[in-house]
This record gives sequence, C-alpha cells and structure tokens, in this order.
Amino acid sequence: MDFNDSKEEATFRNEAREWLVANAPTAADLNGLDDMGQAKLWQKRKADAGWACIRWPKEYGGRGANAMEQVILSQEEAKVKAPNTGFFSIGQGMAAPTMMTWATEDQKKQYLPKLASGENVWCQLFSEPAGGSDLAALRTRGVRDGDEWVVNGQKIWTSGAQYSDFGILVLRTDPNVAKHQGLSYFFLDMKSPGVEIKPIKQISGASGFNEVYFTDVRIPDAQRLGEVGQGWQVALTTLMNERASIGGGGGGAGFEQIMKLAQQLNIDDKPAIEDKQVRANLANWYVRQAGLKYTGYRSMTALSRGEIPGPENSIGKLVGAPLTQDLASFAIDLMDQAGILWSPESAELENIFQSAYMSIPGLRIAGGTDEIMANIIAERVLGLPQDVRVDKGIPFSEVPTGN
Amino acid sequence: MNFEFSEEQNLLREQTRGFLKDFCSPKVVRASLEANGPFNQELWRKVAEMGWTSTVIPEEYDGLGLSYLELSVIADELGRAMAPLPFSSSVYLATEAILAQGSKAQKEAWLPRLASGELIATFAMAENHGQVSPKNLTTTVTNDKIHGTKTPVPDGDYADLAIVVTQSSKGDGASWYLVDLTQSEIQRAQVRTLDPSRSHAQIDFNGASAELIGTDGGGWAATQNLLNRAAVLFAWEQVGGSDAALEMAKEYALGRYAFGRPIASYQAIKHKLADMYVRNTLARSNCYYGAWALNTNASELPIAAATARVSAIQAYYFASKENIQTHGGMGFTWEFDCQFHYRRSKILAVNVGSERQWQDKLITAIEQTSAA
Ligand SMILES: Cc1cc2nc3c(=O)[nH]c(=O)nc-3n(C[C@H](O)[C@H](O)[C@H](O)COP(=O)(O)OP(=O)(O)OC[C@H]3O[C@@H](n4cnc5c(N)ncnc54)[C@H](O)[C@@H]3O)c2cc1C
Ligand SMILES: Cc1cc2nc3c(=O)[nH]c(=O)nc-3n(C[C@H](O)[C@H](O)[C@H](O)COP(=O)(O)OP(=O)(O)OC[C@H]3O[C@@H](n4cnc5c(N)ncnc54)[C@H](O)[C@@H]3O)c2cc1C
Repeated sequence: MDFNDSKEEATFRNEAREWLVANAPTAADLNGLDDMGQAKLWQKRKADAGWACIRWPKEYGGRGANAMEQVILSQEEAKVKAPNTGFFSIGQGMAAPTMMTWATEDQKKQYLPKLASGENVWCQLFSEPAGGSDLAALRTRGVRDGDEWVVNGQKIWTSGAQYSDFGILVLRTDPNVAKHQGLSYFFLDMKSPGVEIKPIKQISGASGFNEVYFTDVRIPDAQRLGEVGQGWQVALTTLMNERASIGGGGGGAGFEQIMKLAQQLNIDDKPAIEDKQVRANLANWYVRQAGLKYTGYRSMTALSRGEIPGPENSIGKLVGAPLTQDLASFAIDLMDQAGILWSPESAELENIFQSAYMSIPGLRIAGGTDEIMANIIAERVLGLPQDVRVDKGIPFSEVPTGN
Repeated sequence: MNFEFSEEQNLLREQTRGFLKDFCSPKVVRASLEANGPFNQELWRKVAEMGWTSTVIPEEYDGLGLSYLELSVIADELGRAMAPLPFSSSVYLATEAILAQGSKAQKEAWLPRLASGELIATFAMAENHGQVSPKNLTTTVTNDKIHGTKTPVPDGDYADLAIVVTQSSKGDGASWYLVDLTQSEIQRAQVRTLDPSRSHAQIDFNGASAELIGTDGGGWAATQNLLNRAAVLFAWEQVGGSDAALEMAKEYALGRYAFGRPIASYQAIKHKLADMYVRNTLARSNCYYGAWALNTNASELPIAAATARVSAIQAYYFASKENIQTHGGMGFTWEFDCQFHYRRSKILAVNVGSERQWQDKLITAIEQTSAA
C-alpha cells in the first residue's frame, strides 16, 4: 500500500504539471474578461494543446488518455490558479458521453470538438414541474411532422440555459404507452425559435437555473439520439454520468475552514477549539470527510489498475452535502449573534459558511435527491427490492397525478 | 496510487475467512457467551498454529515477520467472526508493547512464546470507572514489588503475563511493568461484563514481582503510542463486525415478509441499510489509511488511528443496533445472534478508550500537525 504514482503516471504528472504551470492564464491574460470569458479562454488554450477532455479520442478533441491520467490532470490543475471551467461540466460530463454512445459519426465530429474547447456550452433539459425524481413522468410533448418534431411544453431547473448554445432534451412522444416507453431523446440549438428562457431566483439569491418554455419549437429528426421510444435508455447514459460528475462540495466550506474559525473565535473567553463539544463535532466531520477522501483513493487505485471502481464510489454526494450543511450551520452558531451577517460575494472566512448554508440545500436535491441516492444504494449496491410502483404497466395518460 | 491490499493479502483474507467459517461459527461464539467462562482454547491453539499470533513478530524472535497489512486483514476477519479469543490483548497490545519498549532480553524471553501462542499476555490499564490518567493512577511499584488493583483487564483471568501501567517512581507520570500473573501475590477473578464471550478480570497485585519495561516515567507516552497502534487494529475488527451486521440485517430483511412483501422493500428499511453501508464504507476507507500509517510508521499515525477509531466505533454501534431493529422482536431474543454484535460493538468501543476520548485526541493530533 502506498500513494506513489507508477512510472508512467509519474511521467504523465510531470508533463501535465509543466504544461499547466507554463500555460495557466496570467492576471494580464484575464484582464477585463467576465467569468465565462475567462473560462472560455482557459478551455480553448487547453484544447489547442491537447489538455482538454483528455479521455476522449483525439478525433473528437481529446487525447485518448486513461481514467487515472484524468485524475492526475485534475489534481495538478487544482494546484495552479486557473479559471473555474464549471460552465462546461454539464456539456462535457453528461451531454458528451451521451453523444459518444448514441450520435452518428458525423455528429460526433461536428459537436464534440467544440464541446471540448469550450466554444459551445450545453445544458440539460430533463426536469419538469411534474417530472423530477420521477423523471420519466415528464410531459413536454414532441409530435412528429415530416423530418421534424414540434415541441410544446415546459422544462424547469435548467442550469445554465441562459448562456447555453445547445441542450439535451427528453420529450414525451407517445402518451398512450407506459411512461418509460413513450419517451424520445434529442439535442437542440438553444437559439431555435419558440424557446423562451426565464431565470429562477434561488434561495441563495443567485439565478443559476431557469424555466425553459417551448412553443412550437422545431427540431430536425436527425437530432434524435436513439430510436423513437428509446429515450429512457438514452437518458440513463446521461444520468449515470451525472452521478459520477457531481461531488459533495461546499464552496470551500469544509473541515479546514471550520477548524480555522474555531481557532480564531472565543467561547467563554477561550479559543472555541478548546471547547469539548466543538472538538467532538469537528472530529465527527473530519472522519467523514477523510472517509470520503480515502474512498476516493480506493476508486483511484481501481482506475490505476485498469479496473472499474466498486460501488463504494456512489456515496460522495449523499455524504458530502449533508455534512457540509451541518458543518456550515454549526460554524454560523460559533459566530454567535453575528453569525447572521453575510455578504454573498465575499470569500472571507466569516462569509463562506453562510454561502454554503444557503447553497447546499440545492445540492441535496440536484442530480438525484438524498432519498433517491439512498434508494440507489439500497437497490443497486445492496440488491434490495425496488419500491412498489403503482404506475407500472398502465398508459402514461392514465397515471394518477397531484400538484 | 496503490491504496488496496495485494493479491497475496487478498488470498490470506480468503483463507482466514474460510478457516473462521469452519472453526468459529456463530455457534462457537454462542458457546463462549453462554459458558460465561474462559476463552475457546481449542480455537486459540488452531489460530496459533495458523501463525496469526506471530504475524508481525520478526523472524529472529520466531515470528513470521509479515507486515501490519496482513495483520489488518486478520483483524478484519476476526471482527467479522466475533472470535471469542484473547487476540487483541495478546497480539495488538502486549506483543506490540514488548516490541516497542522491551529490552533485547525481554524480547528474547517473551516474544517467541507469544509468537507460538503458548503464552497469552494482556495490557492492564483501567482502574475501575472513568478515564485513566498519569495523575489518577493508583497502582505503584516499590523495590520491584507491585501493589494496586486493575479492573477490568481484558483476558486478565487467564493471561500468563501482563504489561501493567503504574505510577512512575517519582509520581510524576507513568511506567510500564511486566508482571507474571501466575504468582501467588496476585488474586484475580473474572468480572461480569456486557460481552461474556470476551472475558475480563479484576486483578489485585499484593506485592508480586514486577520488572520495568521501557523507562521509568516514560510509560504514558509509550501508552499513547501503543494505543494509537492498537486502535487501528481494533478499528479493523470493528469494520469487520459492521459489515457482518449489515449482511445479517440484509439477509433477514429479504426473507421476512410483512404486509404481503419483504420488509427489505420498505424504504424505512432500505434507507436504514443504505445508511449502514455508507457508514461502513467510510470507516473501512479510514481503516485503509490507518493500516498504511501503522505499516509505514508514518508521522500521520496519531491522526490516522484516531480517524479510523472514531469512524469504526460509530459504524459498528450503528450497524449493530439497527441490525436488531431490522429483526423486530426476534432481534431482541437470546436465541438470535443479533445480540453478539451489539455486545461486541460496545466492548470494542471502550476497550482502548472511548469515542469521546478519541475525538479529542484526533483534534489534538490535527492541531499538533498544523502547528509543526
Ligand atoms: C441547484 C439545482 C440545479 C439543477 N439543475 C438541473 C439541470 O441542469 N437540469 C435538469 O434537468 N434538472 C436540474 N435540476 C433538477 C433536479 O434534478 C430535480 O430538482 C431533482 O431531480 C428533484 O426533483 P423535484 O425537484 O421535482 O423534486 P421531487 O421529485 O418532487 O421530490 C420532492 C421530495 O420527494 C422525495 N421523493 C421523490 N420521489 C421519491 C421516492 N420515490 N422515494 C422517496 N422520496 C422521494 C424527494 O427526495 C424530495 O425530498 C436541478 C435542481 C437543483 C436544485
Ligand atoms: C419486549 C417486547 C415485548 C412484547 N410484548 C408483546 C406482548 O405482550 N404481546 C404481543 O402480542 N406482542 C408483544 N411484542 C411483539 C411486538 O408487538 C412486535 O415485536 C412488533 O410489533 C414488531 O413485530 P415483529 O417482531 O414481527 O417485527 P416485524 O414486523 O417483522 O418487523 C421487522 C422490521 O421491519 C420493519 N417493518 C415492518 N413493517 C414495516 C413497514 N410497513 N414499513 C416499514 N418498516 C416495517 C419493522 O419496523 C422492524 O424494523 C413484544 C415485543 C417485544 C420486543
């Protein structure tokens, strides 16, 4: 047991580090650019040199690298001060693997390199008012008209729709068969006539996600992925990649930060860190955070050996998000009466916990709620039976609905 | 990155599990529990023959000279089987104590016999309720004669030898003494505990001969280091037990029907078991880190040990209590084996110091690391 790179890994790490250090944008490079502009500049630079989406085949803008090399690159990139490229994660992490599996060769050549280089930003148009956890209950209709599909309905919670060029989309193309059977999967140009995007204000005050309305929007049939009625199967490709790409992060509010806070603040005229209850709570968070980290190391070992990581990988978000929520809540309490003060833009230690407190509730819901994640572990990891379902085998149009 | 056991170590796991399946079934655990008597001597002999007691003892003292990764694998499996053996006392504590602090002569005198399993040794620390500290220790040694009372001492009713934590001669700290427990100036009696499948004793020392091991006054630092090492191995036993409890709950839930369907199909049970799985996974991964630190004598050992210990205590407590819950009324019966885990989890949780203490040690170790 050791934490050392293999010879090939060490060589790769050196090469990656050298390139990153030499090429990470300087303050002058980034001067005058907004967050998206900075992200695009950095992504393009990486893509031009073959350091973007490195696991993808070369002909689609990647490098043909293995999973372990991807891990190493991420580790090294985290060490240089580079712009946040999170804008591209839905497109690169979810849309691209779906295209890779289901699109035609021409489509892959046309769309994937621009996804890799950050030239195109993609969003995920899955959730609807009536279809969240139960995604297959979605109702936005697609009706065939010659070589096109005419789309009417509403998506909701679409992160990044406001700045996206393309979207992946699941539609109900047949309401008269059982709900999973009546779906089809498409991608579309977000500038298509009839697409209307309305920002939704979150409890944190930010507007990261949107409502997206479709009024007689026309999508070419050539932009269908999979067969008509096969949409659920295609969507599963996306969802499997979604779970792999969402972590439990809390915007920098973790154990190290609360430890620092507890060293700075006083309780009963002594540093808060000397308080036994504080120590016990911090220890509990530390061991959970450490457990996630070392679980990650176990998965990496599997990758490094060319194996598929075991199911232990699936616990990240389910552990990380509630942990950060509790930790942030306790940090605010430590600041006592002034814990309510919050400047959302500030990255100061006295502000990050409030920011985490207000953003984590979303993370416990996005990409599969805590309850759905627990079900997934129970069913797929432990092999327990699926929930009893009352909508099985009946046409979608006859399934009971509520609010 | 190589954060996994090797193929040979996985093979050892298979062998160990197979052996314990044959010779340490729940029936064997039950026999020890119900006999309320000493440990299973036949099983001990077999375990010693397999070489488990000699795993990390160097070859010059007749050991196998293997690593702590092999010992971790064995601990994991012993925990899973809830083996009614003095393994933790003799191997994780006494053998480690002698390896760490013994003189050459002491090592030569004791290690070969500990390796062969012919000798059973223990570590005597607790002096009744409450946490031991160098300030409240009452056991003393004058002119190599030991006086005082230790209770509960794991396996103290039949161990041949003990390393006893005493007051130092100047009364300013602690010292360790090797004491032959078969001397007539020693009275010992089994005490009743939460888990009779692992026996414990009260030992009264009335002027028996004792031999200093390590330095006079150096016993407290030695104890901390010893407990850090043992904590990793205890944690492995705990995660082994946690996984076994989860499997037991799962099997029962799949077979038990209520309201026309398996209770394993109700989310209250599904999510309970998913929660066990999550806690077990975190604790197990922390044990990997603990094993690495123990095996390489890393400066991170205090943090790694406390991390493994805290999460393993929590995981086993949770798995053992929710396993009973999943079994409904049956889980509460003497006849069912759920009680074994519930009892064992508590014994393991306090044996080398309780959760509260280790949470505190963890933060202290983190403070010291960041100050350094
Ligand atoms: C910050 C954020 C970003 C998002 N970004 C996107 C995006 O980019 N694209 C996109 O398509 N979607 C996005 N979503 C939507 C997200 O996928 C859904 O919110 C999520 O799947 C839950 O669906 P819902 O909101 O309809 O809640 P519901 O499904 O109505 O759930 C409500 C409650 O019921 C529980 N529940 C539901 N079903 C079950 C069950 N079977 N068993 C037990 N409990 C159950 C849930 O756990 C939850 O607690 C985003 C959401 C958030 C919060
Ligand atoms: C100390 C004690 C004294 C008792 N005294 C009496 C007495 O005097 N008279 C008498 O008649 N009975 C008595 N009982 C029996 C008691 O009422 C039952 O044990 C209890 O109702 C649970 O039933 P069960 O043991 O069959 O467990 P099960 O019903 O098999 O339950 C097993 C597990 O499945 C869970 N479960 C079951 N159904 C569901 C569901 N629909 N949703 C979610 N989870 C579910 C349970 O919560 C439990 O965790 C006693 C039990 C005990 C422990």
